[in-house]
Amino acid sequence: MAHSTPRFHVPAPHARPGDTPDFSHIEIPPAGQSRRPDVAIAGSETLDLALGLVRVLDHNHQAVGEWDPKLEPDVLREGLRHMVLTRVYDERMQKLQRQGKMSFYMKSMGEEAVAVAAAMALEKTDMVFPSYRQQGILFARGRDIVEMMCHCISNSRDNLKGRQLPVHYTWAEGDFFSISGNLTTQFPQAVGYAMACRYKGESRIAASWIGDGSTAEGDFHGALVLASTYRAPVILNVVNNQWAISTFQGIAAGASETFAQKGIGYGLASLRIDGNDFLAVYAATKWAAERARAGHGATVIESFTYRADAHSTSDDPSGYRPKGEAAAWPLGDPVERLKNHLIGLGQWDEERHAAMEKELDQLVIASYKEAETFGTLHDGPLSPVQTMFEDVYAEPDWRLRRQRRDLGV
Amino acid sequence: MIQALNSAMDNMMERDANVLAFGEDVGYFGGVFRVTAGLQEKYGLDRCFDAPINEAAIVAMAIGMAANGLKPVAEIQFSDYIFPGFDQIVSELSRLRYRTAGTFTAPVVIRTPSGGGIRGGQTHSMSPEAFFTHIPGIQVVMPSNPYDAKGLLIAAIESPDPVIFFEPKRLYNGPFDGGAGKALEAWGKHPKGEVPEDHYTLPIGKADIVREGAAMTIIAYGTLVHVAQAAVEQSGIDAEIIDLRTLVPYDIETIAASVNKTGRCIVAQEAPRTSGFGAELAAQIQEECFYALEAPIKRVTGWDTPYPHAHEWSYFPGPQRFINAMREVLEA
Repeated sequence: MAHSTPRFHVPAPHARPGDTPDFSHIEIPPAGQSRRPDVAIAGSETLDLALGLVRVLDHNHQAVGEWDPKLEPDVLREGLRHMVLTRVYDERMQKLQRQGKMSFYMKSMGEEAVAVAAAMALEKTDMVFPSYRQQGILFARGRDIVEMMCHCISNSRDNLKGRQLPVHYTWAEGDFFSISGNLTTQFPQAVGYAMACRYKGESRIAASWIGDGSTAEGDFHGALVLASTYRAPVILNVVNNQWAISTFQGIAAGASETFAQKGIGYGLASLRIDGNDFLAVYAATKWAAERARAGHGATVIESFTYRADAHSTSDDPSGYRPKGEAAAWPLGDPVERLKNHLIGLGQWDEERHAAMEKELDQLVIASYKEAETFGTLHDGPLSPVQTMFEDVYAEPDWRLRRQRRDLGV
Repeated sequence: MIQALNSAMDNMMERDANVLAFGEDVGYFGGVFRVTAGLQEKYGLDRCFDAPINEAAIVAMAIGMAANGLKPVAEIQFSDYIFPGFDQIVSELSRLRYRTAGTFTAPVVIRTPSGGGIRGGQTHSMSPEAFFTHIPGIQVVMPSNPYDAKGLLIAAIESPDPVIFFEPKRLYNGPFDGGAGKALEAWGKHPKGEVPEDHYTLPIGKADIVREGAAMTIIAYGTLVHVAQAAVEQSGIDAEIIDLRTLVPYDIETIAASVNKTGRCIVAQEAPRTSGFGAELAAQIQEECFYALEAPIKRVTGWDTPYPHAHEWSYFPGPQRFINAMREVLEA
């Protein structure tokens, strides 16, 4: 029988299935309050920003405060389009997975701004080391949708030759590094990559993304130590979407007030930002990128957001969190907020928005039809089976040559 | 052998500005075994530098750098300490080429001293090479003398694939025949103790027949190559000795030709017996040479215990253990 009071502390979320969603414990400071220091600031002097919450869009959807990046309406519309495309694509791919067209899928619903705004604030040649919920970067960098789908359905046109799970994209031409699938492993790699940028005299930087739960990994510590020691031009993003599959963020956070705060211990500039605020993500990334390029070192950015859907198609969140939590999330929905900002500026309207959604949905449907002409995982054609033995080494040695022969291909 | 490895690093850093060396105590001090001595002074702080004590971070940093076109040579101070970096090696380093279908690669070299015979106790004596031979995508090399060490390290740095480069630390300062407590012999008299100053390479994947013989084949690598030679001298048994030099990919042609000729075989490793690299060799040899074999393949190995401190010489497979096995193989 379970003890009525646990003998040691095990953190628990405020609400579980059957409860009313409760985010009353989350303190949301008004938009526009945070200071925007010079990019040369010492990392240790950013504690207020690590404990605060950089927000630009206020409750009336107006851009306020020092962090307002003052983007042109065209740029805002472009960002909105990438976010809507990300959402439409995710929706359609999830449906196709349910129809058995894919082995697996992962949506980024609710977190579209985290990926899209960051990608737009970076240079297109900055190397990104994403985790599996930043597909928005690919849309922002203009990757061909058919190619993305061919990867997800592992067909003959899959640029990864059917070796990776769906959503684990690689796109070298777009400076989009591999997505490992193991958590946090790429965080310290991004630091090494960034150091090489510096070594080679490139102006490029690197950026990586992990989730709140992944900060518990040793590689998180390793990445921050390396970034601090070698003053690497890298942006280390922690996407705090509150849930690591079924485990709430408090299991990784422990007694830490924020995840950004952890960066302060390493002497790194650290910001906690509203991850559902396109302008805040854009501005913070721009600041961190400028800081990195100028040689002032790395920035840790915690994007405070909410995973509005399941972890993956293999997950059912109704087993561990209350229904309606996403709708109750106090920072709203990133797409709605940017849309309303544009409408408030007189640069957008509901009709145009609906038309864009429809257009993008049709684009996604047409793209899938085209992707299927190159095969599906279920019916083929796949990459030729002998490619299984390629790329293990630059050249296969006698073992692989023999094993390929043993398989008869 | 230390000077040979240092010379390999020096040649490569001189030739290629993208070659970098780092690890714990590697920079200013030049490494606890002095393999990188003088390199920071000669090539600068950003080419040979100290790393924090975090083997996972060291390997990960190397992966990131290599993916961006550099040629990092990372040192793990003792191979016993490599395990915090094991995930980065198994899940990342070895598979980057594969999972990106060749669009990203990480041709990293990880140098690491291994093996016992130095009174290192359980945390400074391990021979963990077998773990690394079980990972598709990396090459595993272990030289047994200065000449090979230099040629193979340069080949490893020039390899397009990641290489784990084990340096038998008992051999750093001289050959070792397994006679516990004997005065150290210098490399000077050894036929492969002389090392040219200039750049040269030896092919990865090619074994070396260090002694031709007819009675049996002994396959060894690292320190045990010398112990096998001592056993042959002491016993007078005319064994052929193969120094494997590369474990992955191992030189099956040389091995099979020798065993088909002699009909008897001993495989040797300093590591514990169960699931050691000798097991792979024995399995492959019986597939290749079954009808030539006149006796069961015998293993000479460490025991299935951690490497003990006080009883080091009871653990270490010295010449007598070889001679016992050789007699058994002959009499079978």
